[in-house]
Amino acid sequence: MEAAAEPGNLAGVRHIILVLSGKGGVGKSTISTELALALRHAGKKVGILDVDLCGPSIPRMLRAQGRAVHQCDSGWVPVFVDQEQSISLMSVGFLLEKPDEAVVWRGPKKNALIKQFVSDVAWGQLDYLVVDTPPGTSDEHMATVDALRPYSPLGALVVTTPQAVSVGDVRRELTFCRKTGLRVVGLVENMSGFVCPHCAECTNVFSRGGGEELARHAGVPFLAGRAREWGAAPAGPAAGLRGGNGARAPSTPQRERQRGVHWMQAVPTGS
Amino acid sequence: MEEVPHDCPGAGSAQAGRGTSCQGCPNQRLCASGAGAAPDPEEIKEKMKTVKHKILVLSGKGGVGKSTFSAHLAHGLAEDENTQVALLDIDICGPSIPKIMGLEGEQVHQSGSGWSPVFLEDNLGVMSVGFLLSSPDDAVIWRGPKKNGMIKQFLRDVDWGEVDYLVVDTPPGTSDEHLSIVQYLAATRIDGAVIITTPQEVSLQDVRKEISFCRKVKLPIIGVVENMSSFVCPNCKKESQIFPPTTGGAEVMCQDLKTPLLGRVPLDPHIGKSCDRGQSFMIDAPDSPATLAYRSIIQRIREFCRLHQPKEEQLVGS
Repeated sequence: MEAAAEPGNLAGVRHIILVLSGKGGVGKSTISTELALALRHAGKKVGILDVDLCGPSIPRMLRAQGRAVHQCDSGWVPVFVDQEQSISLMSVGFLLEKPDEAVVWRGPKKNALIKQFVSDVAWGQLDYLVVDTPPGTSDEHMATVDALRPYSPLGALVVTTPQAVSVGDVRRELTFCRKTGLRVVGLVENMSGFVCPHCAECTNVFSRGGGEELARHAGVPFLAGRAREWGAAPAGPAAGLRGGNGARAPSTPQRERQRGVHWMQAVPTGS
Repeated sequence: MEEVPHDCPGAGSAQAGRGTSCQGCPNQRLCASGAGAAPDPEEIKEKMKTVKHKILVLSGKGGVGKSTFSAHLAHGLAEDENTQVALLDIDICGPSIPKIMGLEGEQVHQSGSGWSPVFLEDNLGVMSVGFLLSSPDDAVIWRGPKKNGMIKQFLRDVDWGEVDYLVVDTPPGTSDEHLSIVQYLAATRIDGAVIITTPQEVSLQDVRKEISFCRKVKLPIIGVVENMSSFVCPNCKKESQIFPPTTGGAEVMCQDLKTPLLGRVPLDPHIGKSCDRGQSFMIDAPDSPATLAYRSIIQRIREFCRLHQPKEEQLVGS
């Protein structure tokens, strides 16, 4: 078993990037997944650590629900989501007996599991570890930053949607990053506009402009993109379709990679 | 970084904040004030005696519109000026209610009878940690015990007065805040929970967990609201689904879990704009299908509360 020969910690991981937002439902898990897929397409070995213990979305997004986690000498073996074993994933979703089982834990128990995910998972040699987080600035976030600190993460990709209610929470997340010494490698504005599948008109369903303004105010990079708005990504039904049940219509893997390419601008990809 | 000392006596112990290991702990002052101690359920029961109906707005999933719905539920209930409404925001890390209610920048005042909620109208009072922060950039980087302490203070120390409906907006998840609010209100009666979702499976899978949580803690479920159900393009007027219900949406989930579906609210781009401006969307766009959906749902919630009042309360009218 080749996993048994590899170290059971993050020593073999070259780059760690966290995906954060103060706000829920802005697309952190979707963007984490797209970034991982884009990096994989660029020939990199990628791990995804899902520390959203109450709402673990990544297994479904990568069609890996119901998979079991095995033990090896170095600890837990992460789940490989593809045949080529180029993307590995660890999530509390794999540890639940039933998928609808609620993880009703207070802080200390959540902190303990997150520490285990970092130190007791046999991640092996990875080019990138993408860490998907729940919304907020609480136990999970503090535990994750503390556990990853010895490995000098590249930084955080911070996600918002355009409207002020979202930006209001994300401002606080930027303060969290500053206070914990986490560099913000880029701010992503998601769901900037919805492109009508009937007439291709783009409507700003969640207001407009908040992300770019926040990036300017906070002095953080607003990630460049190929979308209509600079750094912003329009949602289309395909995004919801993929995220919703993991199924991929023929056109979506390319679309995912295209979108993921934007987020890749936040990370060094030279070998 | 805020770290609890290794030999922390525990936020709930008699030594909380007073032990030798407490020196230098960032939570020391809060613990010594008694905020971390397990609250006497009787204290809160006494305070909640003047609150007739309590409704929690929950979701396992973030970003589905809990705060938007809570705000509009409060607005809708308060349209009858004889109904006293209180809106409590227990999302400590991401308090959205002040902005959505147009009350950003307001401060909380202390009086002899406790903290005074911020009143939007004579009959609509609001409380949120957002009113206690001095800057919009302030982050509330608190662990569970400190968040619980804040929630306890909101319930015990706010002078709510005579209230017909207390609407509690919660953060996403099934963690400290949710356990605490249910525990602290254990000695009183919570009418029930309204659970918000969007149609796609990635939301429903979290919402099923929330329903499971409600059942575990014996919290009645008033019903589920499916938000962002459909979108009508302002250009071609054709309907499409931004968040496709690939597994049948809330309707199928509610059938499977034998939970009422209170209604479906379409995604109207003006909702976001109204929230950003701190205005009631129902007033801004009275004819929108989304407004009609909200109003129908609010009516169903009112009826639920009326029908499920304990008999003695119905007779006495307390």
